[in-house]
Amino acid sequence: MKEIVVISGKGGTGKTSITASFTVLGASTLVAADCDVDAADMHLLLKPDMAIEEDFYSGETAVIDPVKCIGCSLCAKVCHFSAISRKGRIYKIDNLACEGCGYCSRVCPAKAISNHPGKAGQLFVSTTRIGCTMVHAKLGIGSDNSGKLVAEVKKRAKALAEQQCKDLVLVDGSPGIGCPVVSSISGASFVVLVTEPTVSGLHDLQRVFELVKKFKIPSGCIINKSDINLDMTEKIIEYLDSQRIHILAVLPYDESVTRAMIEERTIVEYEQNNMIKDQLKKAWQRLGELVNK
Amino acid sequence: MSDIVIASGKGGTGKTTLSTNLAALLAETEPIVLVDLDVEEPNSGLFIRGTEASEEIKYKQIPQWASSICTFCGLCQKVCNFHSIIKLGKEIIVFPELCHGCFACSDLCPVAALPMISVRMGVTKRYDLNNLVFIESRLDIGQEQAVPLIVQTKEYVKKNYSSYAYRIYDAPPGTSCPVIEAARSADLVILVTEPSPFGLNDLKLAVETIRQMGNPFGVVINRYGIGNNSVDRYCETEKIPVLARIPNDRRAAELYSRGERIYTKLPAFRKELEKVAAYIKKLSGSKK
Repeated sequence: MKEIVVISGKGGTGKTSITASFTVLGASTLVAADCDVDAADMHLLLKPDMAIEEDFYSGETAVIDPVKCIGCSLCAKVCHFSAISRKGRIYKIDNLACEGCGYCSRVCPAKAISNHPGKAGQLFVSTTRIGCTMVHAKLGIGSDNSGKLVAEVKKRAKALAEQQCKDLVLVDGSPGIGCPVVSSISGASFVVLVTEPTVSGLHDLQRVFELVKKFKIPSGCIINKSDINLDMTEKIIEYLDSQRIHILAVLPYDESVTRAMIEERTIVEYEQNNMIKDQLKKAWQRLGELVNK
Repeated sequence: MSDIVIASGKGGTGKTTLSTNLAALLAETEPIVLVDLDVEEPNSGLFIRGTEASEEIKYKQIPQWASSICTFCGLCQKVCNFHSIIKLGKEIIVFPELCHGCFACSDLCPVAALPMISVRMGVTKRYDLNNLVFIESRLDIGQEQAVPLIVQTKEYVKKNYSSYAYRIYDAPPGTSCPVIEAARSADLVILVTEPSPFGLNDLKLAVETIRQMGNPFGVVINRYGIGNNSVDRYCETEKIPVLARIPNDRRAAELYSRGERIYTKLPAFRKELEKVAAYIKKLSGSKK
């Protein structure tokens, strides 16, 4: 079982549009997973039916019983997340700030604080409009455990791929370098980095690749909107060469990607003939060779 | 005195562009603080390029096992809700990357065998550029939790720059804990979006989040004209003020790519930015 994870460090580089295009190109051979659970968008292009929907619980949230609270303030004193404040005579917990450590409930002399499982989000198992299975999720507002939800999405996608005798899971990863990204790339067989030739594109690429390096996962890169700044594209290529990152595609700036998105299509299905389509097909083929090497 | 947080559900919509250009425009007439809270991928500094004035290493607190005092009662493992401390035979193992720093194990240990120690998580730097003070916090690679650094950065700004008229914060993308922390206690949250299906979808998530928090907020539509009018329609239905519509212009993308300021070169961009500035000034004027 192979697992390809597409990440970008910086947002807005075209990661999801590219992942959705790859999903269309490889639909018969893969299960897709949207691990950008914070701001999931792949469903807008692939139209999953959300056949199975489950609540995902993770961690706990503390609740103070106003009847039992004696207003001693101990809970507020031990809380390191500024989640507890006085409200009149008693204390109240801000559930967006509560990390669910349970410290307050352990020390409350009146036993007024109980812990409840926190709903971290919803997980969906779907059939997409192109026929392949997709696992995706919606993180609850302000939920803290996106890393765990990402891990669960990936676990499900792998199990389903095995069941269906598919040998590939294609993952739309999360932005940044923190816990959801770490969770996205751990266990991956190949990482695809999507970047753009801007000062921030290069900066974020370098930062996220420092993280990928720690996992020793082979990587390839797609430079999107390359003609916005050809000097920067050159610089990125130099960096990729120095790090032995495979260059999978160098794509032009093309607003038809947005037009395709508005028609709820991926660029590889869009009527118009364009360079991006051909380049992505080649990149997908090359990716297949690299992953199976 | 206003804390303005620039956020967005979707990444890459123009948070950093708006933050840096807005701060520079406001700084033409008065002292401004710009703070980059996107500690995982801080980018504002690429566009500000001031002189480095100071640097502070930031630490988070995690427990360290004092093996000689420990009685192996196992209470630490029991009280840790994050499974970041376990008792394995005659050994206590701490997993720093899972630790949220709640202090429960350390405080509740009957023999004080788990003192909290400081470990480096990142660095906060200050840069000066004329009227503009720029604060950047950068999470070390391999550190998974952005929130503690965001909290400390906000405290640092509050302590040192509360006399400034405006503090502009470039927030991390998304809707999960780092954004919540960044937007907490903001006087105004500006959500930057794009007029596309992805932009609209992520804007809705961001609006849901901010509404739950209760901060005043408005929307800036960037790359206006590239997509459809669904974001306009949504804002109208939801009665969300649209502060500005920045026209889609390839030249803006090119200027951005080189790290250059945009409003000084593109008058149409400047006109929209001035609308945002006027909105902020009016809002903080009415608060006084």
